[in-house]
Amino acid sequence: MNSLRIAVADGIVISWRNLKRVPRIPELAIFAILQSIMFVLLFAFVFGGAIPLPGGGSYREFLMPGIFVQTLAFASVTTAIAVADDMTKGLIDRFRSLPMARSAVLSGRTFADIVYNIGLLIVLMLTGLVIGWRVHSGVLDFIYGVLLLLFFTYAMAWIGVFLGLSVPTVEVAQQLGFLVIFPITFLSNAFVPIETLPAALQPIAEWNPISALTGAARELFGNPNPFASNSFPGEHPIFMSIVWTIALLAVFMPLAIRKYRAIDR
Amino acid sequence: MAVIEAEGLVKVYRSRKSDVRALDGVDLDVQEGTVLGLLGPNGAGKTTAVRVLTTLLRADEGRATIAGLDVARDAQAVRRLIGLSGQYAAIDENLTGRENLWMFGRLYQLGTHDAKERATELLTRFDLEKAADRVAKTYSGGMRRRLDLAAALIGRPKLLFLDEPTTGLDPRSRLGMWDVIRTQVREGATLLLTTQYLEEADALADEIAVVDQGKIIARGTADELKTQVGGERIEVVVHDRDLLERAAQLIAPDGSASIDEHTRRLTVAAEGGAQQLVDVVLRLGEEQIRVDDVGLRRPTLDDVFLALTGHAAETAPESEETAAPTTAEGESA
Repeated sequence: MNSLRIAVADGIVISWRNLKRVPRIPELAIFAILQSIMFVLLFAFVFGGAIPLPGGGSYREFLMPGIFVQTLAFASVTTAIAVADDMTKGLIDRFRSLPMARSAVLSGRTFADIVYNIGLLIVLMLTGLVIGWRVHSGVLDFIYGVLLLLFFTYAMAWIGVFLGLSVPTVEVAQQLGFLVIFPITFLSNAFVPIETLPAALQPIAEWNPISALTGAARELFGNPNPFASNSFPGEHPIFMSIVWTIALLAVFMPLAIRKYRAIDR
Repeated sequence: MAVIEAEGLVKVYRSRKSDVRALDGVDLDVQEGTVLGLLGPNGAGKTTAVRVLTTLLRADEGRATIAGLDVARDAQAVRRLIGLSGQYAAIDENLTGRENLWMFGRLYQLGTHDAKERATELLTRFDLEKAADRVAKTYSGGMRRRLDLAAALIGRPKLLFLDEPTTGLDPRSRLGMWDVIRTQVREGATLLLTTQYLEEADALADEIAVVDQGKIIARGTADELKTQVGGERIEVVVHDRDLLERAAQLIAPDGSASIDEHTRRLTVAAEGGAQQLVDVVLRLGEEQIRVDDVGLRRPTLDDVFLALTGHAAETAPESEETAAPTTAEGESA
């Protein structure tokens, strides 16, 4: 299995170079963290008091899993920007002119994204602990929850690869973050209980993958989860998270790979 | 033995507005140990040709082989033989020079130790050892190009492709780059380079192929091409427009001088070289015709184009989407 060994070795080299970016452009990670912390502060201290939780419980504990999912959803934008940058700077062409494993550019990219987002998640969890978020479940449930979040991150990274290969410039990739990810995260249970949304929007929010992930994380971390009521996705957030993540991967992974292969057309 | 062989390469970029034939039947062959310069304006199809030969782009028609290996079918084997330095320095700006070379060496399937040694060797050779451990985004344009070329050489390729290696460099960096390329050539590299400058092709290539609108319209040594163009010429800018006719008579009694009324410029072929220039100046001086400028001029790419195609070298951005949809007005050559 010499080709498999090359694929792994090349993937590691590509991951290494993608992760080198983090300490070399510290602003990227710092702004990503600051943006999330700003949301934590904004919702925990400004809006939180005005948002009633059906069934009671701490709003801050309700909030943190939503923040985790929102931050990880932005993994797609980070990836898209980086891929678009590599495309416009000719790096992808250079890689394609080398006798390296063809899969490595994308596998190395998405693997590095997982590692990077583990780092972000740790910082956010520490932030959560500071403002009063706690895990009330067992170790296994906690690990299960984290793995679900990372699986979701992996799917988001593949969406990012597809977008990064599709957009003409880095700026367009940046705009996508604001135009797509923000509305999707707000139309969910990440910040407010779905019951407080207008009736017309409730079904959308219930079937939103962000809601499924947030609900699953709340359930597995033992945080207040008013989402767990009266609709199928509301009652089965863990199942829905897995279904959604597999569905997103099943669509965007082949799309991204096909897009990458078609660069030589 | 021909290291590069291409036959009837056609590449059409399709877009909503119009189809652009970036390559319109290109035949090429480059012998081992020689340098071929592809000379042409932006949008002529030079970069497209390089991209097809380096496995980055699939041709619609025709076939090309590198050392007998088909660029489409045996792409991975071809990639082991070639080094490519593209139009834009394709290096990772967030890695140091050393890290860049190590990475490309590893991806060229060198062992990690070999890649490290090779990186150090190339950094020294390309005068980058002082900057080796600085992040590449702090490099000057010339340094980036040298690092990019070093990256192309990391796997000791048999064959080197340089796509406009000096475009955008200041004159001093350009000369530095020429030195580096000449060293490669002296050491026996087989090289295909593209350029917009006749001067550059002249300085570096054994043979030049002139490319226009996706076709190779002429091929030969620099001297052969210049002879086709008519070699050197004398240019005189006359101060007083009324004396233009008279001056034209003086510098070319046979009436072969071309006259540009607007710029008051006279141009005449200078087979006699510098001595003919002296004669012209003396004759003008005797008649007391004031001149603003006088000189012996070597043919430029524009002259080559004008002579070969009957139209001036048109400049259009050479990107895939907009590659030079020039009109077919060049048949009169």
